[in-house]
Amino acid sequence: MKYKLEAKNIDVFYGKLKALNNINIGITENAVTGLIGPSGCGKSTFLRLFNRMNDYIDSFKLNGDIYIDNTNIYDKSVLVDELRKNVGMVFQKPNPFPKSIFDNVAYGLKIQGINDKAFIKTRVKDALKQAALWEEVKDDLGKSALALSGGQQQRVCIARALAVEPSIILMDEPTSALDPIATAKVEKLILTLKEKYTIIIVTHNMQQAGRISDYTAFFYMGDLIEFDKTDTIFTNPKMERTENYITGRFG
Amino acid sequence: MQKIKEKIIEFILRATALITILTTIGIIWVLLSESLVFFKEVSIIDFLTDTQWTPLFANKHFGILPLISGTILTTIIAISVSLPIGLTIAIYLSEYAPKKLKKFIKPLLEILAAVPTVVYGFFALMVVTPFLQKLIPEMAGFNSLSAGIVMGIMIIPFISSLSEDALSAVPKSLREASYGMGATKLQTSFKVMIPAASSGIIVSVILAFSRAIGETMIVAIAAGQQPRLTLNPLVPVETITAYIVQVSLGDVQHDSLEYRTIFAAGITLFVFTFILNNISFWIRKKFREEYD
Repeated sequence: MKYKLEAKNIDVFYGKLKALNNINIGITENAVTGLIGPSGCGKSTFLRLFNRMNDYIDSFKLNGDIYIDNTNIYDKSVLVDELRKNVGMVFQKPNPFPKSIFDNVAYGLKIQGINDKAFIKTRVKDALKQAALWEEVKDDLGKSALALSGGQQQRVCIARALAVEPSIILMDEPTSALDPIATAKVEKLILTLKEKYTIIIVTHNMQQAGRISDYTAFFYMGDLIEFDKTDTIFTNPKMERTENYITGRFG
Repeated sequence: MQKIKEKIIEFILRATALITILTTIGIIWVLLSESLVFFKEVSIIDFLTDTQWTPLFANKHFGILPLISGTILTTIIAISVSLPIGLTIAIYLSEYAPKKLKKFIKPLLEILAAVPTVVYGFFALMVVTPFLQKLIPEMAGFNSLSAGIVMGIMIIPFISSLSEDALSAVPKSLREASYGMGATKLQTSFKVMIPAASSGIIVSVILAFSRAIGETMIVAIAAGQQPRLTLNPLVPVETITAYIVQVSLGDVQHDSLEYRTIFAAGITLFVFTFILNNISFWIRKKFREEYD
């Protein structure tokens, strides 16, 4: 079976500190892959490799290769801006721009130089529908996104990522700043999104990984301890450390 | 004993705050009372509408408009120099420059604002004007163009430093969101960072305006001292501040009408900067809580 994304022999350094240690992983298309592990285990760093978001950190250094659809995204010929149009990202804290809901979702299209207003309108509507937000905001798209609730803001951010039709969506603890009801909505949304997108999600919340991810990777101190189908990880982990973490004995 | 100590310290603190307030009130009081005497002799309508300002001549006119036009002309030239340059520097420092370079350049730029303005004045008169005269031969030796340009250079750090602060204060998450969408640095700067920092940038420009309007030495030296109602940047003009210097240093008799013109000019200047400061205060207050 061919993987959508592949990480091969990944080492990451921040200055002298080794943050990731020889990671090899293959990520399946149209599935949700959860990355779990205690704070500082390297899961966020690993997630951010796939859209080269670590490039802005001065001391960041990477050995190894990351492939998306068989292209090495750290190759010199790859344009980072183009890469990110294919790999959307949703962040830990909702971070809508201080603009209207419409302008937030249309942002990605506008920076690509698309001016066709009818086209942008359709895409914005589709994206908001996919993000399960359309019914709540359809009458005031001109309202500032900052005036929405936290859960709605996060769904604006998801719609913003969807509007440019990426094939992969990276989510960095997308529900950690949300209340349980908003979290449930976003989780439900993620389950519908995997039909069209390949999703990688970092989460602190073990139950969440159990509920939404098809595959789960357990990171500990920069090592990938175990990676398997979620069912296997949760019911029959091979490593003692995984079991300890999952059952809440540490972490 | 402890309580008395507290009381004394409290009193000192209050007194210190009071001194600044009293000074301001004192200045306004002097300006108002002296100009009231002035406006008893000169009608305020003439003052605001007459197009000539010749209080020291035999044929006296008291129209403030030429001084206002001189002030506005030099200020606008200065802002048109400092705004594009200052904003470009701010964007470069906050979005492009490596942290180490930024730490080095920012204080260096602020030195520009620390150079004594009399030095700038001579620089305008002795270097910039002769240079510009080679390009524009009909330019007068005293003119608002070179004074305005040099003043613009002086206030670059006001705009670059404060705008850079405003850009840096925009949450990092917004920058990441934009990069994450595939935006380039330039797109991120203009479509996200500048709009998000706009209130701070506007405040920096208003403060620069305030500074330019109140600037005295450069215009007194390089712009000439001829009140003239014109928007031609090549001829000598006089600003409100330059006029006040001219009369204060001259041998005008105290308590005369000529002497009181400086208070009338002063209160006009005060009204201008007071309005600008209030606008910037209002903008800051209105937009401060956007990201909390």
